[in-house]
Amino acid sequence: MNYFSGEKMTGGYGGPDIINSCTISVDKGEIVTILGPNGAGKSTAMKALLGMLNLREGKITINEKDISNLSPQDRVKEGISFVPQTRNVFTGMTVQENLEMGAYLRDENFQDTLNEIYGLFPVLKEKRNQLAGQLSGGQRQQVALGRALMIKPSVLMLDEPTAGVSPIVMDELFNHIIKVRETGVAILMVEQNARQALSIADRGYVLVTGENKFSGSGKELLNDPEVRRSFLGG
Amino acid sequence: MDFVNAIVLLSNFVIVPALSYGSQLALGAIGVTLIYGILRFANFAYGDLMAFGTMFAILFTWFFQSIGISLGVLPTALLAIPFAIIIAILFSLLIDKFVFSYYRIKKSPPVTLAMVSIGVMFVINSIIRIIIGPFDRRFFDGERFIIRANEFKEMTGLNEGLAIKSTQVLTLFVTIVVASILFWFLNKTRTGKSMRAYSDNEDLALLSGISPERVVMITWIIAAILATIAGTLYGLDKSFKPFTYFNNLLPIFAAAIVGGIGNPLGAFLGGYVIAFSEIFITYAYKKFFAYLLPESLEPNSLIQLLSTDYKFAVSFSILVIVLLFRPSGIFKGRVL
Repeated sequence: MNYFSGEKMTGGYGGPDIINSCTISVDKGEIVTILGPNGAGKSTAMKALLGMLNLREGKITINEKDISNLSPQDRVKEGISFVPQTRNVFTGMTVQENLEMGAYLRDENFQDTLNEIYGLFPVLKEKRNQLAGQLSGGQRQQVALGRALMIKPSVLMLDEPTAGVSPIVMDELFNHIIKVRETGVAILMVEQNARQALSIADRGYVLVTGENKFSGSGKELLNDPEVRRSFLGG
Repeated sequence: MDFVNAIVLLSNFVIVPALSYGSQLALGAIGVTLIYGILRFANFAYGDLMAFGTMFAILFTWFFQSIGISLGVLPTALLAIPFAIIIAILFSLLIDKFVFSYYRIKKSPPVTLAMVSIGVMFVINSIIRIIIGPFDRRFFDGERFIIRANEFKEMTGLNEGLAIKSTQVLTLFVTIVVASILFWFLNKTRTGKSMRAYSDNEDLALLSGISPERVVMITWIIAAILATIAGTLYGLDKSFKPFTYFNNLLPIFAAAIVGGIGNPLGAFLGGYVIAFSEIFITYAYKKFFAYLLPESLEPNSLIQLLSTDYKFAVSFSILVIVLLFRPSGIFKGRVL
């Protein structure tokens, strides 16, 4: 049994089902990436795992505990942290305040975690008193990652963390994500940059029209001729 | 000497009154801007919430006077404010529970909530008229002046007197204290930061585990505190008449928008911008120029840009100009 998994998830936004019997799971210390063409239900699957979608069928578990009926906020308390694709920082607040807000649910002293995150993202320490809205795209993504990590999550979910950043910044962000994996967090991400995402991922899922089409290790998918042809451009 | 006289004249009729009027607007505008930032609608009932809080300050003042409690030189109303605040807070939370929360849970658009607040405004307005009536009430007691105009003249030997009312100094003092505590709260405490976070990005605040109910409740509490304090200070300085509080809604909204709606510091400064503009533009400068200019150039007319009856036109013009040319406000807030 995987640490965090959604099994046979079926549901949509009230209308027709967007995802159909879709299964996604991730273990601690693992990066799992969800790929697929536009409209395949990648983000919807992510929202289902977060509890922002009412599922008709399926079961979501974390550490063998059924959380299918918990609200998104209660899932945060179970250790599931999410970084949205857009609007993922508090633009009018300083970097440090952004991180403090990430630790809002923690009553104990979180200075250690703060230092850990500054260790992980040195640039944030340098700019800790600057408004997050004044940072560059790559730095903002680091603030967003840092905020999500402040709760000390066991599962980190990222929605297109490299959307709209330059290739150099993208590599840097992927390196940061690998560093986060080393701390033993389970990472689940939706990515557009399929090739790079697969190259750092331990496993991947390819969704098509809301169903699991392929799954396997990052290497397997990268070498699968059909996956290459349809999603990686040959 | 003429120059000093001119300055004293201006201080007496423009600067001192504008400072105290500006403070009253500033506190009100912070309340409006906080509600806009957190609850995301323009609360038209705010002027009447101010009147409601003030009414209870008056009722408690009368009660204290009747049992013989007073603060000596200071107005008894100061003692009444905390009690009035408690009632205003309970009242705000009650309205939120029975009216606004319904539309919030339904996720109604801001315009609907603004219209609902107009309904609430009429209801509060009527409650006030039923309880205390529509008439002018003066509830000031204690020492009226810190410096009287003729005392000042005797002291300095100038032609012009500078009168400073105790309520003006009190207003300024209370405003500085309240605003300092508020900004400390918003910038330094965990709850205050969570309010700013919620106002900044609601979805992300929810993802961080910030409880919306708690943030909304604290916003109403702060709004009721500010409304009662601002309203009572205004009533002490001038007089309490329910209708003037409704009228003050316009300059208060203008202040909040000039300061960039959703930005409390902007609203605070916006209050002074509006007050100074209103009073500067409606003041008759004839005597002022008479001191400064040689006799041959002495003005015949009043040199008044607008009659004081039109002072609301000033806030309204500022409101329109800001919305047209800089909708995010001078101090950068949300775009309406």
